[in-house]
Amino acid sequence: MNLQLRPALVIFGLLTIVTGIIYPLAVTGIAQVAFPNQANGSLIIKDGKPIGSSLIGQNFTDPKYIWGRPSATGPMPNNAANSGGSNLGPTNPALTDAVKGRVAAYKAADPAQTGPVPVELVTASASGLDPEIGPAAAMYQAHRVAVARKVPESQVRALIDAHTQGRQWGLFGEPRVNVLELNLALDELKA
Amino acid sequence: MTTDAILQLALFLGVLFVLAWPLGAYIAHIIRGEPKGEQTGPIRLLAPIERVFYKLAGVDASEETGWKSYAIGLLVFNLVGVVLTYALQRLQGYLPLNPQGFGAVSPDLAFNTAISFATNTNWQSYTPETTMSYLTQMLQLTVHNFFSAATGLVVVVALIRGFARKSAGSVGNVWADITRTTLYILLPLSVVFALVFVGQGAIQNFKPYQDVHTVQATTYQQPKLDKVGNAIKDAKGNPMLEDVTTQTQTLAMGPVASQEAIKMLGTNGGGFFNANSAHPYENPTPLTNFLQMLAIFLIPTALVFAFGRMVGDWRQGVAVLAAMTLIFVVAYGVCVWAEQAGNPALVSAGADSAINMEGKETRFGITASALFATITTAASCGAVNAMHDSFTPLGGLVPMGLIQLGEVVFGGVGSGLYGMLVYAILAVFIAGLMVGRTPEYLGKKIEIFEMKMTAIAILVTPILVLACTGIAVMLTAGKAGVANPGAHGFSEIFYAFSSAANNNGSAFAGLSANTPFYNSLLAVAMWFGRFGVIVPVLAMAGSLAAKKRLNVTAGTLPTHGPLFVVLLIGSVMLVGALNYIPGLALGPIVEHLQMIAH
Repeated sequence: MNLQLRPALVIFGLLTIVTGIIYPLAVTGIAQVAFPNQANGSLIIKDGKPIGSSLIGQNFTDPKYIWGRPSATGPMPNNAANSGGSNLGPTNPALTDAVKGRVAAYKAADPAQTGPVPVELVTASASGLDPEIGPAAAMYQAHRVAVARKVPESQVRALIDAHTQGRQWGLFGEPRVNVLELNLALDELKA
Repeated sequence: MTTDAILQLALFLGVLFVLAWPLGAYIAHIIRGEPKGEQTGPIRLLAPIERVFYKLAGVDASEETGWKSYAIGLLVFNLVGVVLTYALQRLQGYLPLNPQGFGAVSPDLAFNTAISFATNTNWQSYTPETTMSYLTQMLQLTVHNFFSAATGLVVVVALIRGFARKSAGSVGNVWADITRTTLYILLPLSVVFALVFVGQGAIQNFKPYQDVHTVQATTYQQPKLDKVGNAIKDAKGNPMLEDVTTQTQTLAMGPVASQEAIKMLGTNGGGFFNANSAHPYENPTPLTNFLQMLAIFLIPTALVFAFGRMVGDWRQGVAVLAAMTLIFVVAYGVCVWAEQAGNPALVSAGADSAINMEGKETRFGITASALFATITTAASCGAVNAMHDSFTPLGGLVPMGLIQLGEVVFGGVGSGLYGMLVYAILAVFIAGLMVGRTPEYLGKKIEIFEMKMTAIAILVTPILVLACTGIAVMLTAGKAGVANPGAHGFSEIFYAFSSAANNNGSAFAGLSANTPFYNSLLAVAMWFGRFGVIVPVLAMAGSLAAKKRLNVTAGTLPTHGPLFVVLLIGSVMLVGALNYIPGLALGPIVEHLQMIAH
């Protein structure tokens, strides 16, 4: 046992220095030089001030904006200092109630839309910070946004098209639209 | 399955096998010990560091020991880690790199977390971004991600040596094995993956949390507090709520990418953030998601190839890999089908489709979420990119079932292969009983001692899972943590102990596990689920190494053909089914029937 304690302590200590101090510091050093924007959170700066991150979803409820994925974080939605999903099970009545509430909000904001609402707009994301929605889910909201902004719907649709990203490398993931970036572009449209 | 689901699977397995083959050769090279003059890559760079380590530790790297000394060394090494990690969490309030000023972690949570990370489980009863300082995350949690992976690696290395050696008294030098696997295998791979993750958008900094001024103001409700910070209650005893409006969003920061790389490569799975690999700062793009899935299976797959090389017959490795791959493909098929078919309740509530997007991210969609869930639980990783608690009943049964099979389908770094080799011994034993011959595997006679150790290694985790789940559902403290009503609530508890005892770490995360009851009982399950398997496996390594190697005769059962693959799959499924079907019937299966009945 005594024979084992010295190597245990020394090897533990030395490998801790390598993997717990040198390794993260070296990666930070390289990252801050090679990818400063990404390493610091992909912030979006407007008039010299950070107004968000292109990777972190924000809460939109105003009819003139495209709304993103519902967020189940607390105490406020899209809390980027307390991430997480709803963890509601598939047969939990609270899940059905939450979905019904979100469907009702979409219907109230745009009574002209009578059809069902895209499922990703009424189900909470895993992180509570999902920055994106699918192109169809964005198009579904084009009419409401166009009415609220008093612009032709075709203009909103064209902007959604311009902000649609395909699958990464044509292979990975799903096509998507970054909600915050699209809404910033919509605000530019007005000006 | 959709065409896309099949395409993604084929792409994943193709890239995996292509990368794992050369890595397997490299790992075998490292483990055998390097002849001087042939030093390449990281070895040449880091070899002087390795020599200094041994000098300071007073270790002669060429001096090998028997299994007992090897096991004791490994246990002492892990216990040192548990004590230090506990201490650091309790003291983090006084230490640097804590820009958010987080105070001491509570004793039961610190205990649970120390055990959790040391055992490669990475069960997290806490929300990292509101609990752990940067120092705790990098100096203890990142470090344990390396060490627990190295621990799994050296155990399987000792077991492979047991098969490969003849009439030998030793299984290796534990200090040299830990040092070499960490420096030459885990560290270089981590650097590469970490930098790619940052390039894609994972963060890596030591800044305080970043406030941003959002485009639209958010109004939300929070409990009204009095001057001392207690919630004010109305006449009925409910907390009174007040409306708050804010236009500030606080973005959690930290050295994420460096932890993320080893979190996946070491099949650890403990997230820097609560949302784990669903968080855009941990797993920003579909490409990083693909690489994270690859990182989980990379070393486990390479080890199977390394195993084939070290026992001198690559077909032995391929047979084991074939059994793993077949189980994996079927499990993925069920999971992706169930999530795609989805939840009919969504349509009746007014959504346009039943596809189960609750608890999933848009950039990953159904396919990459189901694939990730299958991979992370086939391996002992436990990272999640979608919330398993919100999966459909059958979609959630797949991750739970894979964990309960003992994570031998690829499995954890080291632990997957040693777990599967234990099943291989069981398979040849059953085959031996059927034909009436003394069983042998890879030229080693399997006798009473090996079968006793096999029985312990196979039964220790089911006993822990079933006993602990039984205790929790009987006690108020256990039932209090449940978030979802009905059968799903039982699944939450069952999943928690399956995950802990098998050192996975994923959760049906609605369960409120940060209580003294769950923190203590889960820690017990994690510790004994880890070392209750490792010690008998090392004992077997010692006993196998001492045996002679028999020649192959006409009566030897070949262990590289399709017949053996079927036998091996059969043994894994049989043990899993006998232990867990009653529990699964009470949870996910009942819930599935309830869901489709509506």
